[in-house]
Amino acid sequence: MKNIWKKHGVLERKSLLLTVSILVVVSVGGLVEIAPLFYLESTIEKVKGVRPYTPLELAGRDIYIREGCYNCHSQMIRPLRDEVERYGHYSLAAESMYDHPFQWGSKRTGPDLARVGGKYSDDWHRDHLIDPRSVVPESVMPPYAFLAGRQLEQKDIEAKLWAMTKVGVPYTQDMIDNAKTDLQTQADPFAPARDFKGRYGDAVLQRDFDGDPSRLTEMDALIAYMQMLGTLVDFSTYQAEAPENLR
Amino acid sequence: MSKRETDEITGVETTGHEWDGIKELDNPLPRWWLWVFYASVAFALVYWVLMPAWPGINGYTKGIRGHSDRAQVAQQLETLREVRGEGAARLTNATLQEIEADPALQQYAMAVGQSVFGDNCATCHGVGGGGAKGYPNLLDDIWLWDGSLDGIHHTLQVGIRSGEPGARFSQMPAFGRDQLLTSAQINDLTDLVLVMSGQDGDRAAADRARPIYAEQCVSCHGVTGLGDPAQGAPNLTDAEWLYGDSREEIRTQIWAGRNGVMPAWAGRFDDETLKALAVYVHANAGGR
Repeated sequence: MKNIWKKHGVLERKSLLLTVSILVVVSVGGLVEIAPLFYLESTIEKVKGVRPYTPLELAGRDIYIREGCYNCHSQMIRPLRDEVERYGHYSLAAESMYDHPFQWGSKRTGPDLARVGGKYSDDWHRDHLIDPRSVVPESVMPPYAFLAGRQLEQKDIEAKLWAMTKVGVPYTQDMIDNAKTDLQTQADPFAPARDFKGRYGDAVLQRDFDGDPSRLTEMDALIAYMQMLGTLVDFSTYQAEAPENLR
Repeated sequence: MSKRETDEITGVETTGHEWDGIKELDNPLPRWWLWVFYASVAFALVYWVLMPAWPGINGYTKGIRGHSDRAQVAQQLETLREVRGEGAARLTNATLQEIEADPALQQYAMAVGQSVFGDNCATCHGVGGGGAKGYPNLLDDIWLWDGSLDGIHHTLQVGIRSGEPGARFSQMPAFGRDQLLTSAQINDLTDLVLVMSGQDGDRAAADRARPIYAEQCVSCHGVTGLGDPAQGAPNLTDAEWLYGDSREEIRTQIWAGRNGVMPAWAGRFDDETLKALAVYVHANAGGR
């Protein structure tokens, strides 16, 4: 036994050997905890309905991240009784498979937003973002009124979709080429939507989200994003208690 | 270089290392710390056996307890349903009218309704249900849509302009923005609405607006402005206003036609909860 401890002196005296050994030891945690998630088939549930974000939703998501909404709002309903009672079905891995980066979070100054889509009206979201206390008197959320006045930046939307394909989101070339048209179509209830819905599905929302039809604002994008959160999975066909879906 | 010796002052042996005359005492680790460390190693070994732990090539070790967070939460929700069982079962089987007629059952429904209202409806309609600008007051007996028990239940299920199939739908046109009427005509109509609701309005202007009213507004708001809850058209003669009773707000509504949206709740709540909520809202509004 004494001899093994004596051998430790070899490590301590050879800096390159020590560096390599440290790398080996600290990578064990990552190899065991992270690497398997990329190859295990069972990590992501097989569900119907999850699709990549539309260009407008993706732009809204970028605003969500830019404004740091994740600092106070999580987007993951934990499999705990009280969470399911309050927010709805617990979140599935499949629901954030096109999220780069994911917005799960663990800090909840505000409520979880994983299933906020469709829970409130567009008007409510607009009123609430402009002045949170006008609709929720006890709220401590800062106002984001400026979003309604800012034109949505559209010139880099193709590049945003393209960048997402590099991390595995299955946008087609067709989706990338038509990103700008799709972005404008979704915020205009009177625009022809056949091609847009052909690309993203019939369930996609198409309307003037911010109540100002004359302009395409950051408010449009953010509300479009929030109104689809947690609405994609078709839970009528999802077998929550099937063995392959239990964790 | 490496020479272990006993330190004179503390009586503890040194490690034998020396740097520029500085030597290091070789104190043992505190015993309590060491035991906690060994205990956590032992805990981890036991945990690996009992609980899901190690990833493999095709899956992961499930642990001999077969634990699953998701199965557990399903179990807990099932238990919750059983705890609520008796009341909930009676809600399932009773019609809305029977719930309201049975004081014990109504009390139960009110308790369920209150908790669900606070978490979901109060966000727009206010904690007490008093509403806000653009969000109807639910405490009075004035209803934009059918305010009967069944009517409220139906509204809760399908929503208003929610985009769901069968949703309640009506549309106030944007007479100004969409250039259906001129600015002057809308000014006159504003005066007419003010006069109809017993406020101060220019009567000459109101009279000028009557033919426009007869042409554009009558089909929904009615000849005398009493509205029509069957098509969600508000009464223009009372003192209850969704967006405010001022000249400016009335004019804005004729000009831009704001059409509020209430989400459909059928997919979010089970049938018992929807029934309880309908009973709760109906009772708070006076129960007519």
